Amino acid sequence: MAIIFQFAIGLIFGLGLVLSGMSDPAKVLNFLDLAAIGSGTWDASLAFVMAGAVAVTFVGFNWVLKRPRPLFGEKFHLPTSRELDLRIVLGPALFGVGWGLSGFCPGPAFTALGFGSGAAVIFVAFMLAGMLLARWLANRPALSRISASPDQLEA
Amino acid sequence: MAGIATAFTPIASLAGGALIGLSAVMLMALTGRIAGVSGIAARLFPPYEDGELAGRVAFIAGLVAAPVLVLVLTGKLPAQTIQANGTVLSIAGFLVGFGSVWGSGCTSGHGVCGVSRLSVRSMVATATFMAAGIATVFISRHLG
Repeated sequence: MAIIFQFAIGLIFGLGLVLSGMSDPAKVLNFLDLAAIGSGTWDASLAFVMAGAVAVTFVGFNWVLKRPRPLFGEKFHLPTSRELDLRIVLGPALFGVGWGLSGFCPGPAFTALGFGSGAAVIFVAFMLAGMLLARWLANRPALSRISASPDQLEA
Repeated sequence: MAGIATAFTPIASLAGGALIGLSAVMLMALTGRIAGVSGIAARLFPPYEDGELAGRVAFIAGLVAAPVLVLVLTGKLPAQTIQANGTVLSIAGFLVGFGSVWGSGCTSGHGVCGVSRLSVRSMVATATFMAAGIATVFISRHLG
């Protein structure tokens, strides 16, 4: 039962990406292109996507997390780490370079697969390889000081 | 590489963002999990710490199915322009995958869920990937 809901929740997420225009890497790159504000090709849409998503999530999480537990689960799994270590800057920095090179982040990349995009197949294959390597490194005890332990993965 | 012009779509983008938020709230209400796509995708690989692999596969399948549903309902797909070539896509994909796991999240996990929870870590992560993305586009479009 929960699996059907999770498919539907992924579907709603994907529909949000398509409706918002974020399934088009060109729109993402035009948002990141701040130097184009002057020339008129800057596209502010991504800021509106974030505003809509954060507004609904902020209100919704406050409401949901007052409940004792989720519908299909024992407890809410919320990240507990508050440490501002090197990882929380270096990881997103690498991520941001890849995002800026392609216009893809993980959600829109998966949704782009449903467009039948061959480019998305290449991106997703290498993205999964990167994830696999990072996850493997995180499970090497000798590297645990500089890499994420699996239970620290928050999102 | 010069960009191609895209239309500014404030209403559709706000509404689409709200749907993404709704999805995040529903996933929390139903499974108690953060709707972070990179975290969900990374946990498709071992080690499997819980018995929720099938649910993660279902969520990703929903993401992939969304444009198919749009095509069935409306008879067409919205624009999608990918300018990067295969080499750039390979490097970009690897950086996005590696960086999102190393930094414990991506645009959805940190940018939407974490910021909504007022997590300082997520705000630092979001500011960092925004800055890195902006710098990368500036270099590739205006200095290249």
